Amino acid sequence: MTTEHGAVKTGDVVARVEDLHVHFSVSRSAPVRAVDGVSLEVRRGETLGLVGESGSGKSTTGLALLRLVDATGGRVEVGGQDVTDWSRRRVRSLRRRVSMVFQDPAASLDPRLTVGASITEPLIVHDLAASRDARRSRVAELLEMVGLRADMADRRPHEMSGGQKQRVGIARALAGEPDLIVLDEPIASLDLSVQAQIMNLLRGLQEQLGLTYLFISHDLAAVEHMSDRVAVMYLGRIVETGTPEQIYRNPAHPYTAALLSAVPTADPEAERRRRRITLHGDVPSPVNPPSGCRFRTRCPAARDNCATTDPELYEVEPGHRAACLYAVEAVEEMRAGAATTP
Amino acid sequence: MSEPVLSIENLSVSFSSRRGVARVVDGVDWEVHPGQTLAVVGESGSGKSMTVLAATGLSPRGAKVGGTVRLRGEDLGAMSEVERRRARGRHVGFVYQDPMTSLNPVMPVGRQVTEASEEHLGLRGDDARSRAVELLDMVGIPSPEQRVDNYPHQFSGGMRQRVVIAMALANDPELLIADEATTALDVTTQAQILELVESLQERLGTAVVWITHDLGVVAGIADQVAVMYGGRILEHGTVDHIFGSPGHPYTQALLAARPQPGVRADRLATIPGAPPVPHQLPPGCAFYPRCPVRGDERCRTEEPPLTEIAPGHRVRTFYRAPHSGIERPAS
Ligand SMILES: Nc1ncnc2c1ncn2[C@@H]1O[C@H](COP(=O)(O)OP(=O)(O)OP(=O)(O)O)[C@@H](O)[C@H]1O
Ligand SMILES: Nc1ncnc2c1ncn2[C@@H]1O[C@H](COP(=O)(O)OP(=O)(O)O)[C@@H](O)[C@H]1O
Ligand code: SF4
Ligand SMILES: [Mg+2]
Ligand SMILES: [Mg+2]
Repeated sequence: MTTEHGAVKTGDVVARVEDLHVHFSVSRSAPVRAVDGVSLEVRRGETLGLVGESGSGKSTTGLALLRLVDATGGRVEVGGQDVTDWSRRRVRSLRRRVSMVFQDPAASLDPRLTVGASITEPLIVHDLAASRDARRSRVAELLEMVGLRADMADRRPHEMSGGQKQRVGIARALAGEPDLIVLDEPIASLDLSVQAQIMNLLRGLQEQLGLTYLFISHDLAAVEHMSDRVAVMYLGRIVETGTPEQIYRNPAHPYTAALLSAVPTADPEAERRRRRITLHGDVPSPVNPPSGCRFRTRCPAARDNCATTDPELYEVEPGHRAACLYAVEAVEEMRAGAATTP
Repeated sequence: MSEPVLSIENLSVSFSSRRGVARVVDGVDWEVHPGQTLAVVGESGSGKSMTVLAATGLSPRGAKVGGTVRLRGEDLGAMSEVERRRARGRHVGFVYQDPMTSLNPVMPVGRQVTEASEEHLGLRGDDARSRAVELLDMVGIPSPEQRVDNYPHQFSGGMRQRVVIAMALANDPELLIADEATTALDVTTQAQILELVESLQERLGTAVVWITHDLGVVAGIADQVAVMYGGRILEHGTVDHIFGSPGHPYTQALLAARPQPGVRADRLATIPGAPPVPHQLPPGCAFYPRCPVRGDERCRTEEPPLTEIAPGHRVRTFYRAPHSGIERPAS
């Protein structure tokens, strides 16, 4: 395997999806093409950030890695093994190797269970601690790893703050010493002052334990901060991948450029000078995405070709790929246009 | 300067329960002028929503409200419930986080947009319909002549929020109150809505109170900013005061806790702990338990007053650090 970029940690591939399709059939109508041809790989020790607007297929991609949704096409590989068609029983062992942290820490913990019992659950399911004593000391160890006192084990979720509950969610995800943790909007429901705590915790754990993350978020600043590589999704596809520097400094796909230009920054001076590339209209329905380039109905740089040719991801510079027929050029054109559009 | 559209003075809201009295809003003052935007920023539970609900006479049952509120110079507290409702309907538009709390799912959007005007301006039939089309057009709904008869479920989240804005603006209100109006929207849709509100404000001279926890949004739209924490205003000033020379340790810590674009620091600055719960507010400064400064014993035992540190810039702390280092105000 060739390494994509010098600056990137280049471990072996922990998980990979290839031409993944996840279509949901709702009654007899045409299926929702939630994920519609996604290929990506996550390498040991890295954080791959996945960004995109609501409904672009980020969570569904993450869920497919744990086989919490089934692929309707393509392949899911974990640790070099094709797990796409694994039986339900084998899938249980998969969920030790790939675990997940969800957005809403309250909803992902059983309100009736103590924190200790919640963390013990994966230890029992995966047969990781033989005795009660072993389990108890492992729970204490996990709580400490996520910055909670061991006596928190006796608390119930309603006695904890949102940030503390999210720490418990992370402790649960760590229990099986997974190869990959899918973090689905792990800070989105937390207070501003608590988000930084959780991001620091995740970074620290990664350094300490050599963890690998798929960090799913619609918060572009958080993704830039957390990720070694970033993939941008739009309507069931990845439209651009690269390092944070490449994506944030030199976006090559018009969608990425527009998305970034819409993020407000906490700097009134910069906001006064800001030139937004305003996207018109709404994201089209994933039931029948536009022909050719999926972004063309909102793309300020679209031309005739875009309706007929479905662009593939191609390399614009080492380690940086974009799925646009006129990548780079289109972004320059939009930027020039943004100066004049009110 | 012009007369404020809305001014609140020493506003307080408290609830009594078995766990004691919760002062969820305490001693809040601010005003907003025509064509200006006041951003009220703070973490969840800091009292942002309750402040504007109480100020407009919409606080929930059981709330004990104190203080003075003037809408266009008139004391709302001195009005009867009916007069208050009329003043609110005529002069104030509301936009909430979830557009479906404002929309009726079984009524065409056009009817809903002008429902209030039918009551307040006596608009009828074809006039009401063409006014609805005009309003939907103004907020950027494509082909408004057709969409006017659609139902809310036929619109996307961003379009529903536009409909709610159209509804809020139907009576040409002097004041628009938006409570986390773009929080649930994607950034691209948020950018569309912010631009829409700014251009309408420019054209119509509407005063805006924009409640949010997003500091980026604040930097983009606010003239004045009030930072709330534990039911109080900890800092209040122009947008340049707040972002350029924040004076309260909380404001500074909050700004530092966000990842900086292009920086990718190893660790973010953090504030330990979590925001306070209102029936367990600390006796002194509300931020004391989490404050990195904690100048002296007074911080723990005495509530600091809101002190002016520059014209129009007020801070509720005994210790402030204007640019670097800690400075002790003369007291
Ligand atoms: N179980 C399901 N049945 C039918 N449609 C689904 C299902 N799960 C997801 N979808 C649809 O698939 C698309 C992608 O959804 P997904 O949850 O992956 O998006 P996302 O990028 O995670 O969005 P968000 O930022 O809102 O979390 C959406 O159109 C969604 O409505
Ligand atoms: N009906 C109510 N009864 C008692 N307490 C309430 C009620 N509504 C809100 N509160 C409390 O008032 C405080 C401030 O709430 P709110 O103004 O909604 O905060 P914000 O909008 O800043 O998130 C919170 O602690 C909240 O729990
Ligand atoms: S392929 Fe065409 S429509 Fe698609 S992003 Fe590029 S320029 Fe825009
Ligand atoms: Mg999701
Ligand atoms: Mg609120």
